[in-house]
This record gives sequence, structure tokens and C-alpha cells, in this order.
Amino acid sequence: MNPTFLRAFPWLFFVAAAVLPILGASDYQLLQLTLVVVYAIAVLGLNLVTGYNGQVSLGHGAFYAIGAYTTAILMDKWGIPYWATLPVSAVVCAGVGFLIGLPALRLGGMYLALTTFALAVATPQLLKYKLFEEYTGGVQGISLDKPEAPFGLPLNPDQWLYLFSLAIGGVIFLLASNMVGGRIGRALRAIRDQPTAAEAMGIDLASFKTRAFAVSACFTGVSGSLGAIAIQFVAPDAFGVPKSLDFFTGMVVGGGASIGGAVMGGIFIEFVPNIADELSRLFAQIAPGIEKLPPGAISGAILIAFMFLMPGGLASLLRVINRKRR
Amino acid sequence: MDGLIHQIVSGIASGGIYASVALALVMIYQATHHVNFAQGEMAMFSTYIALTLIQAGVPYWVAFIIVVPVSFLMGAVIQRVLMEPLAKAPVLASVGVFIGLLLVFNSIAGWIFTYTTKPFPTPFGEGKPLLNGFVSRHELGSTMITLVVLLSIWAFFRFTKLGLAMRAAAFNPVSSRLVGVPVDKMLALGWGLAAAIGAIAGMMVAPVVFLDPNMMAGVLLYAFAGALLGGITNPLGAVIGGFAVGIVENILGAYVVGTELKLSVALFIIVVVLVLKPAGLFGKTVVSRV
Amino acid sequence: MPTLLEVKALHGAYGESKVLHGLDFIVEEGGVTTLLGANGAGKTTTLRAISGMIKVSGEIIFAGERIDGLATEAVAKRGIAHVPDGRGTFMELTVEENLRLGSFLRNDKAGVASDMERVFDLFPKLKERLFQQAGTLSGGEQQMLAIGRALLLRPKLLLLDEPSFGLAPLIVRGIFETMGRIVRETKVSILVVEQNASLALAIADRAYLLETGRIVMSGAADDIRKDETLRRSYLGY
Repeated sequence: MNPTFLRAFPWLFFVAAAVLPILGASDYQLLQLTLVVVYAIAVLGLNLVTGYNGQVSLGHGAFYAIGAYTTAILMDKWGIPYWATLPVSAVVCAGVGFLIGLPALRLGGMYLALTTFALAVATPQLLKYKLFEEYTGGVQGISLDKPEAPFGLPLNPDQWLYLFSLAIGGVIFLLASNMVGGRIGRALRAIRDQPTAAEAMGIDLASFKTRAFAVSACFTGVSGSLGAIAIQFVAPDAFGVPKSLDFFTGMVVGGGASIGGAVMGGIFIEFVPNIADELSRLFAQIAPGIEKLPPGAISGAILIAFMFLMPGGLASLLRVINRKRR
Repeated sequence: MDGLIHQIVSGIASGGIYASVALALVMIYQATHHVNFAQGEMAMFSTYIALTLIQAGVPYWVAFIIVVPVSFLMGAVIQRVLMEPLAKAPVLASVGVFIGLLLVFNSIAGWIFTYTTKPFPTPFGEGKPLLNGFVSRHELGSTMITLVVLLSIWAFFRFTKLGLAMRAAAFNPVSSRLVGVPVDKMLALGWGLAAAIGAIAGMMVAPVVFLDPNMMAGVLLYAFAGALLGGITNPLGAVIGGFAVGIVENILGAYVVGTELKLSVALFIIVVVLVLKPAGLFGKTVVSRV
Repeated sequence: MPTLLEVKALHGAYGESKVLHGLDFIVEEGGVTTLLGANGAGKTTTLRAISGMIKVSGEIIFAGERIDGLATEAVAKRGIAHVPDGRGTFMELTVEENLRLGSFLRNDKAGVASDMERVFDLFPKLKERLFQQAGTLSGGEQQMLAIGRALLLRPKLLLLDEPSFGLAPLIVRGIFETMGRIVRETKVSILVVEQNASLALAIADRAYLLETGRIVMSGAADDIRKDETLRRSYLGY
């Protein structure tokens, strides 16, 4: 794999991802691919704070929810166009992320994981809270309309939404890639691996860690907004523990400290029910009578297996293969 | 006033359950410095096993006596097979395995037993509330059981050789090995005990909230809050914290925030404790060497 | 005197860094053997090697049986009690609990009780502080506690890692005197590792000098003590 190809690959991939589905995919497949993009961005957010910076978050579903609800409320209550809600969502989520990042500073490892887990458990209840019901729509949630393609472009809504999400995703991934490739990335990783040494070298731990949280929340929040627009619906129970754990699993499978890993994570999250189906079919041949294997158990088993066999995720596998080829 | 007393009594009953799960969490934390995120799901799974036995005609207490050692074994095996190899791994690795376990248990329970909520019998009888109507028979019975469990565990650790060895293994594994304590086996034992305690807690809470795969998520959260409040390094503190959370949650839920926000109360307690006094009310602050 | 412990061609390492480069020495039954050396010579590592705490190559033979490669708990079970550097006290437990842990492997209640009495006789301070938390004891008392805990194993061999470390000279002298008593009153053999050569030589029968992972001198302790030139050039006093 020569280096020029490696550098060009993301761009090639992006162009292919933009063109091919428009030419050949069905509406449903486009929705699935849109969600892949959405989840990839969400996992990227988690990657930044957990994979690169070592702050384990089991509660990123909360940021996703905040982004989703910000968009939904703005569109539903005040008729704000979908694309205009994204900057608002970004700012709101960055703000919340910063606020959560502040107390998170004091917590290391397990304690932070615990607190973010508690956040994930409590989020659906918070969203259903009576006081906010007027805005959040309570248990029933909010329904949204799917946006049409602008400027009379010859694309149906699903195609347009896919390209829109892909474009936003492209921008975010580019931002992230620049961040981790340079000084910031090195600082993040130094803080993850040797915090005391990093501090001794003059890196302002508090500043970096809270800002990492803010950026991370911002990305995952924007993905929540895109997700809400794609699914055309937000409801509290969709944003509980399973959502947060989905992102966590996606991060581990794709590869925690890896930009490309987030893409693989997104693919994994969206298609894990399909993976479960395939495995069920395999198992049915060995042990007939077993109905479909539950996707959650498959995710869990894969998560455990990866922790033992491939803690760096699929991205690390690719890196190893790449190194061996040279 | 009556209402308040009933809330407090109810709070003590649920507090007993939180205290038990908190104790299980603290036991594992003391020995391994890991928080077992899958504790709730393991307890839930044990409760389903109990229900299956009961539905197959096994009398309640027989099912109880079967499920407890089975859960013990399950915990010990998980420790040996999954957690032992990751003893020195970074936080992310062990969190990953815990989450994986959580997902597997939750998903398999739903797969085998479906997601419909099921009633779970109480061995203490339905029927009129006792003591002037302040406490239901189940609440009283459940509190008794949890107190018996907590006292037994305390006595075990305080007075038996094995209990002493387990505490030693948690405090200082190196010195423990030097006196011949098989530290690895002690860790497995600790996990087994924690799983057994969790199973009992699950069986006590199921009659109240009904059994479904997500039954223990809230209980686990309250147990976390209780353990942190009391001090995650201090078993007695965790127990006190569990009871305190039970009472506070009930009172706040009834009079201040409404039942829909009770989980947020737990979250609030967790955040406040960790930001203000991470060692909890009774725990010791650990100074980590660089 | 028959050989209790024999170490042959012992190599030991912490991960990649090799510390022991082929040690050969023996500990005779019923006596005190001392391993002398400066900081970093590999004394603690040698004891750790015997207790199965690090990876080794070579042979460690105890009471006729190969014990290299055994887990630490198994080595303790064979009758080797190791008082580690830093005492290894269970800080959060009481003095009584610390001592009780020493008897973990034993089932003979009467034997344990009489050994406990002997420990109190040797170290009366421990009896005074029996139910105090071990972490509140002074350094010297913790050393006594560590030795007492080791004796409660009723070991055949007692490994002592730098008992003088960090303690006031008066306390140290008291501890070494007690060690002499232990040797006279029980059948325990002692392998003591020390930086303080004069103290160690006073109670030892045989001595070995360790320098960067190799034994550079060995002999009867008395001979070494009396030989001034040997003492000056190797031991610095």
C-alpha cells in the first residue's frame, strides 16, 4: 500500500460514497446509509474523548439526544428550517459538553464511566419530565417532516438527505482529522497515556480535557440532529442506555483512536441486526430450531471478543495488515 | 404524617435492596478496583431463572435455595474466565467487558423470556398491610431478608478465616500470597458472593416492580449512588448509603420531584458526591503515587 | 548441617532487565545465612525469586524438591515464610488479624495458639497493641508484626528482607537480638538479606556477598567478621 494511495483513499472513498448510492440504491437503502453516516459521526465524537483522550464515556447517547431534541423542537415549535438547526445544535451540545467536562475533570477512569452510565440511565426520564413536556412532547415525542431537495435538484428527499448528511459528515471528519493529526492530537494522547507527565510538560490538562468533551459532545450532538431529521421522529425511550452502549460498541469495534475506525463503527451499529441475522442463519445449519439470535447479545459477545483479541478495533487490524505488506 | 411514615418505611424496604447491591458492588470494587456494570443484569438473569423454576412447579423457597448457589457459580466462573485475564488491563478494556456482559445478559434474557413484564411471586403473602397499614407484608419480609443477608456477610468477613483471607486479598494481594492465600480463588469467591447477593436482591425487588429484562437498571443506579454516597471503599458505608438513598429517593419522589424523576435524583447524588467528596461520607481518600 | 535450600545458576529478571546473573548458594538447616550487598545488588530480587514472585531460570531446591516456577502461595505452603521489604503489613487490618493471617494455611488450633504465645513472648509490644489497626504501628512495631506473622506459618525457612531498613539503630538492635532468640528457640532456618553487614554478620553462620547480581564472596560469617582487610575492601567497614 503505497503512501500516496493511503492519503488519497479517504477522498476516493468519499467520492464513491457520494456517487454510487445515488445511482443505485433504493430509498430504504439510502436511509440505512444515511444512518451509517449519522452513527459514524456519533462514534467519531466518542472516539475523540474516549479513544484519543482516555476519558471513558458511557453516556454519549445523552448528547445525541440533546442534538436530536434541539433540532426537533426548533423545527416543530418555531418552524426553523432543518439546516439552520444544525449550528444551534452544535453550539448547545458543545456548551453542555463543556459543562459536563468540568466535573468530569475530577473523575478518573471508572468513576467517569459510572457517572456517564448514570447519565445514560437517567436521560429518558429527564426527557419525559412533565415540566418540559410542552416542548419535548413527553412520551409521544415529536414528529418531523422530511426535507425536500433545494434549488429544484433532481434528487428525491432520501437522496438529498443522504448527500446532505454525507457533506456534513465530510466536514466534521476533516475537522477531526486535522485536530488529531497535529499538536492537539498529540496532546490528547499524551493526556490519555501519561497525564502527570503531560502536565509536567506544560499541557493544561483541565483546558484540554474539557474542550475535548465539548468538541466530542458537539460532534455527537450534530449527528443526533441529522439522525432526528432522517428518522423524522424523536421520542425519549430511544435515547437511553442502549443508544449510549451502541456508540461505545461501535467505537471499540471500529477502533477507539482512529478516524477511519469511526466509519467502521457506524457501519457496525447500523448493520448489527443484519450481522445477527446472518449468524442466526449459520447457527441454524448447525443447530436447527434456534430462532433469530438477539442483536444485543451479538454486540455484547463481539465487544468482549474484541477486548481480548483486538482492543484497537478493526482499525488496528488494518494497520497491522498494512505494516506487514510493506 | 401517615404518608411520610409510609414513604420512609417503603424507603427502608427498597433501601435494603439498594444496600445489598451496593455491598456487592463495593466487594468487587475493593478487590479489583473495577465497578461491575453488569451486576444488575446478572441479578435480573438469576431472577428469571428463579421464575422459570417456580413456573415449573418448584416451591418458592426451594427455587430460592437453588438460584443462590447457581448465581454464585455464575459469578465465580465469569471472574475466572473473563475478568482474571484483564486484571492488569487499562480501564477501557475492563469497562468494555462489563458492558459486553451487560448486553449479553440483557439481550439473552429478552430472547429467552421475552420483553413482556411478568409478575413475580412474593413468599411473604399478599394481604393486608401490617403495623397500622404502614408496611406491606412483602416490604417487611424483604427488609428482613436483606438484613439477614447483610448481617451474614458482615459476620462472614469479620469472624471466619475465609472472610479474613478475602479481605486480605483485596487489601494487599502480594502479602496475601506470601502467607499462602490463593488470591485468584479469593477474587472468584468475591464475585460469586456478589452475584449471589445480587440474585437475592433481584428476587426481592421483582414482586414490586415486576420482572422484565430492564428491571435492574434503576436499582443498579440507586445502588451506585448509595455505594458512592457511603464510600465505595467502605462496605458498611455503602450499606448505610444504600438505605439513605432508598429513603431519600422515596421522599423526594413523593413530595418534591415526582416519581418520574426519581432516577435523576440518583444521578444528582452521584454527581454531587463525586464532585464534592469522592471518597463518600465514610470512605477514605486514596492518595495515588505517581 | 544438611542443606535446606539450594540455589543453582539462578537467573532472574524484571521483564527485560536482567538482575540476577547466575547465583549459586545454599542455606543450611538450623542456621542463619545472610546475603549482603549494596543497594541494587539484587538482594530483594533473590528473595522474590525464591518466593516465586518473578520469572527465573535455574534451579531452586527446597527440602529436596524443585520449587522454581511455583506460585507464591505454593511456595508458602511448602514452608517458606517471606518477610518482604517494606514489611508488607496489612495496614487496614488489626494486629491480631495480621497475625491470624500468618496461620491461614494451618489447621492445628493448639499449635497456632502456642505459636501465638511465643510471638507475644518475643514481641510483647504486639500483645499490647493487639486490636489496634496495623497501619498505626511504628516502623519497628510493624517489623515485629511482619516477623511474628511469618513465624505463625511455622515455617522451615524464614526469608527476611532488610529488617533494618528505615528503623532507628536501637530498634534494629532489639530486632536482631530477637532474631537470635528465634534461631535458638525454634527450628527455623533464616536467610536474611541486609545492607547493614555488621549487624547481619553478628548473628549469621554463613555469609554471601552479592554485587550486581553475582556472588563475589562467600564464607563463614565469623571468618569474614574477623578478617579486617576482607571487611574493609568488600564491606566498607
